[in-house]
Amino acid sequence: MAGAREIRTKIKSVQNTRKVTRALEMVSASKIRKAQDLMKASRPYARLMRQVIGHVARANTEFKHPFLIERKEIKRVGYLVVSTDRGLCGGLNSNLFRRILAEIRDWQTKGVEVDVVTIGNKANAFFKRLKVNLIGSVAQLGEKPQVAQLIGVIKVMLDSYSDGRIDRLSLAYNDFINTMSQKPTLDVLLPLPPSDELATTHDWDYIYEPGADVVLEHVLTRYVESLVYQATLENLASEHAARMVAMKSASDNASKAIETLNLIYNKARQAAITQEISEIVSGAAAV
Amino acid sequence: MATIRCDIVSAEKEIFHGDVQLVVATGELGELGIAPRHAPLITRLKPGQVRVTMEGGEEQSFYVSGGILEVQPQVVTVLADTAIRAKDLDESAARKAKEDAERLLANRTDAIEVAEAQVQLAQAIAQLQALERLRQNLKH
Repeated sequence: MAGAREIRTKIKSVQNTRKVTRALEMVSASKIRKAQDLMKASRPYARLMRQVIGHVARANTEFKHPFLIERKEIKRVGYLVVSTDRGLCGGLNSNLFRRILAEIRDWQTKGVEVDVVTIGNKANAFFKRLKVNLIGSVAQLGEKPQVAQLIGVIKVMLDSYSDGRIDRLSLAYNDFINTMSQKPTLDVLLPLPPSDELATTHDWDYIYEPGADVVLEHVLTRYVESLVYQATLENLASEHAARMVAMKSASDNASKAIETLNLIYNKARQAAITQEISEIVSGAAAV
Repeated sequence: MATIRCDIVSAEKEIFHGDVQLVVATGELGELGIAPRHAPLITRLKPGQVRVTMEGGEEQSFYVSGGILEVQPQVVTVLADTAIRAKDLDESAARKAKEDAERLLANRTDAIEVAEAQVQLAQAIAQLQALERLRQNLKH
């Protein structure tokens, strides 16, 4: 019965794994809802912010902020990479990193250097090993990320841009489409891409207090912050969705494995019994 | 009496929206009272109260720790900050982000045990997947 016992231990261990994956699946399922609520709650700010930015761009400002001006020559680019803190969420992070990596390689062949700022443990671990310039990072945002946690990393990048150390800033994150699909997304943050909303059509201007430059700087900084915050929330919802799906398939696989192992175990048990009987019978015949 | 639409939001939630007669906020250069038909204006807010007077004369006040106030002919928008923001604080946050990156590069990682447990679980899951594939191959 030695073989049977080994199989039984294996069944136990697979059962334990299934317990863990089931639990993770259920935890994620409940967290998705919370993450989606957060996403919803942050939308009005983003919408109004876009509106204000639209007005600002349409107003005949006497001052052009550097964030709005496209630079002719690109010598160095920056990436803000949003990732998860924890693994076990399928290919979520690796799909995103693969996309970024392709872009980074592109830049590097053109002789453009790359600065990276990471949000989340997984991006930290990944870009640490890579030949890029890691200039800032933050992790352990928890289940309820707050803007305050992101200010530091964003400022590192915005300062780089203002000082002319980087000429372009992109944001990489997983866009939450629905529970079954999340899309790795790369957006250009700076210079702010021109859009219909940003077309100059009016010839009025604001009263700025205290001054146009100060207020614009403030507004644009908050705008970028809200975009990054939004991306972080999207990524959080994506993380839970991806984990739920991955854990579900892992649990299913475990169930199937247990089924197969049970079959093998029963066969082994029967074989052992048959062998024993035949031994007894042949022993009796010999007497 | 004339009213103007007012939206007060922070990055993390919607705080107030509705038609009001008057919005009072603390701008960087002093108290501002915004009534309907105010000229377009955009300013930074100092930490303090934003008070709105509703149509019936009822007043509501909200605390904001800074932000942006925008006035358009039909709408007043307050984009409130959720955290106290100041140049020094922002700078120290940026410094912390940089230091975190440096520490990462210096290879000091926290929570190693959790990571190890996760790796083990990931391996178990990979094994299960491999088993499943094997099983399917055997069937054919």
